Amino acid sequence: MVPPIEAEELFMRIKALVGIVAGLSLLATACGDDDTTGDAADTGDAADETVGSATTATSPDIGATTPATELVGAATTEPATGPVPARIISLSPTATEMLFAIGAGDQVIAVDNFSNFPPEAAAKMTELSGYEPNVEAIAGYEPDLVATDGTNPALLEQLDSLGIPHWEGAVAITLDDTYAQIEQLGAATGHVAEAAELVANMQADIAEVIAGIPAIDEPLTYYHELDSSYFSATSDTFIGFVYSQLGLRNIADQVETSAGPYPQLNAEFIISADPDLIFLACTKYCGETAESVAGRDGWGELSAVTTGGVVEMDDDIASRWGPRVVDYLQQASEAVNLVVATQPAG
Amino acid sequence: MDLTAPSLTVDGAAARSAGRIGWYPAAVGVVIVAVLLGVMIGPAGPASWRVPLAVLDHLPLISIDSGVTAAEWNIIWEVRMPRVVLAGIVGSMLSLAGASYQGVFRNPLVDPYLLGAAAGAGLGATIVFTVARSSTADWPVDPAPAMAFVFALGTVALTYVVGAAFGGTKSGVTLVLAGVAMVSLTTAIQTFLLQRHSEVVREVYSWILGRLSSASWADVRMVSPYVIGSSIVLLLHRRHLDLLRIGDDEAAALGAPVARVRLVVVTAATLGTAAVVAVSGLIGFVGIVVPHMVRLIAGSSYRQLLPLTIAFGAAFLILADIPGRVLTDPAETPIGVVTALLGAPFFIVLLRTRQVAR
Repeated sequence: MVPPIEAEELFMRIKALVGIVAGLSLLATACGDDDTTGDAADTGDAADETVGSATTATSPDIGATTPATELVGAATTEPATGPVPARIISLSPTATEMLFAIGAGDQVIAVDNFSNFPPEAAAKMTELSGYEPNVEAIAGYEPDLVATDGTNPALLEQLDSLGIPHWEGAVAITLDDTYAQIEQLGAATGHVAEAAELVANMQADIAEVIAGIPAIDEPLTYYHELDSSYFSATSDTFIGFVYSQLGLRNIADQVETSAGPYPQLNAEFIISADPDLIFLACTKYCGETAESVAGRDGWGELSAVTTGGVVEMDDDIASRWGPRVVDYLQQASEAVNLVVATQPAG
Repeated sequence: MDLTAPSLTVDGAAARSAGRIGWYPAAVGVVIVAVLLGVMIGPAGPASWRVPLAVLDHLPLISIDSGVTAAEWNIIWEVRMPRVVLAGIVGSMLSLAGASYQGVFRNPLVDPYLLGAAAGAGLGATIVFTVARSSTADWPVDPAPAMAFVFALGTVALTYVVGAAFGGTKSGVTLVLAGVAMVSLTTAIQTFLLQRHSEVVREVYSWILGRLSSASWADVRMVSPYVIGSSIVLLLHRRHLDLLRIGDDEAAALGAPVARVRLVVVTAATLGTAAVVAVSGLIGFVGIVVPHMVRLIAGSSYRQLLPLTIAFGAAFLILADIPGRVLTDPAETPIGVVTALLGAPFFIVLLRTRQVAR
């Protein structure tokens, strides 16, 4: 007549478990929702500054101040004299974009299930995952270098025990991190000159974009929208750093740092902050558009909505730190110019 | 301790002393206070004391100089108000459904998600996000809440079919066990999908874990018909629920159509739960805590319990949502966290009170 306690206990336990899984997944996304993409396959000409020294994998970062990145596997197992890797697996979409941008694409034999750019890389997409890596499947490709974002220490240990060299390009915080990772990959794959060229071109292009920003007294404010429940990114993130290059001020920086670099903002706050620009970084996967933002209750009168300052960005580029950041900056700067033009003089 | 005999011990005294009507004015008062606080407190907008004046000013035939600008009113009316109203609707529906489920299963620990409504809704939304997001981006209506709704109903229906096949609807136990199985199954499918599409994990979880933060009037309009319909049906069955408290066989002996009552109550509660889950995500503990709170203060006769849970559920969630808005201002604290933080200690106190009462 009475339900046995066992059933309830079981049920509660399952619920607790589901809760834990949910929490963990959130955590996982918070720490590692970045992947890579890289297009920007461009090379100007051999700008070799510090690059030469990069040829040896033993001196990992060249003129780059990047504690976040290190050349783990390649450095330990493959000193300068070793052969150039010819069977590279990339489990990081950012690393994939970098590898193809420096001309190492032919050496890449497989990429993870999110490496959707460039198209030549997407053609090598496999079921391999950087999040839930199956080390047996990885080893089955007999790779001589595995590029990861370093967020899975267990994988690195397993690769070590199998003697498979690996390279880690952790989530970047600044553009210098990106440059350093590109140069490291150049050194590790025998494309030092191309890597240096790519970095030099990126730097030149970015300088040009920044130079094109008109001088204004009051910096424009912006809101970077990760999804329609108002998750955002502060300036402590790579994407926040990118915007800061354009002289923009992030409304999410008003959140105290204990909320982490990806806080969920309050709608009232966003509306009363009335940002000059709204960058939508969930257009592909959430389907947000400038129209959908304008249609939200209470959003229609926002400055960004009325002046065309709602910008649909590419989700993938926004979550990676590869060479395409140049394109991202370019698109963002166009929006800045547009909004500045609508502002009353003075 | 006999966890399976809900509240019979704390039943009488409180209810009798308060009289039959006594708690209704108090309940209405609590709701009014909660709504007022809800619309007055927030991270933006005008000074709190101006808000009631502004609300009055916007009533027909009343004109008061509240000193609230149009932009501030925009925030109150378009952002804060729908959030308060939706919180009230969701809180009352979950509480009412929770109380009804507890009655129909004669088990104080069940919540409205017991038979898979929440797990099903989560799976439905996850399917949209992982499989069909880009192809449905142009749709005029967001398919995620619709799919969540359909899957919530579908999961509970399957639970019912499975439970009925093996134990008949006369036994609540079999249904509960079938619910456990269906919840596990749908959760497993959802986890599998998410693992294959980790690019949308954050979107899915922020969708599932509470969407009061982006509440709109459209949400209120979407959910209201289901909640009203479900509430009416449940309220009409409150006498039957009282009969069920003494046991299936005894209730049947007294002329209650036990199996039919169970089916109707579960259907109505599920419909309402599925609708609110579809617009607000999963909000835990409300469906358990509020009915028990009401039982403690007003006794456990369903005739009084059900109407009171509607009021106290609304007030509870409206109030619980306020810390979510201001605790980490201007960031959000998920409402699920707040309700659980309030709910867990309450549960402990509740258990202790019962032991003392015994």
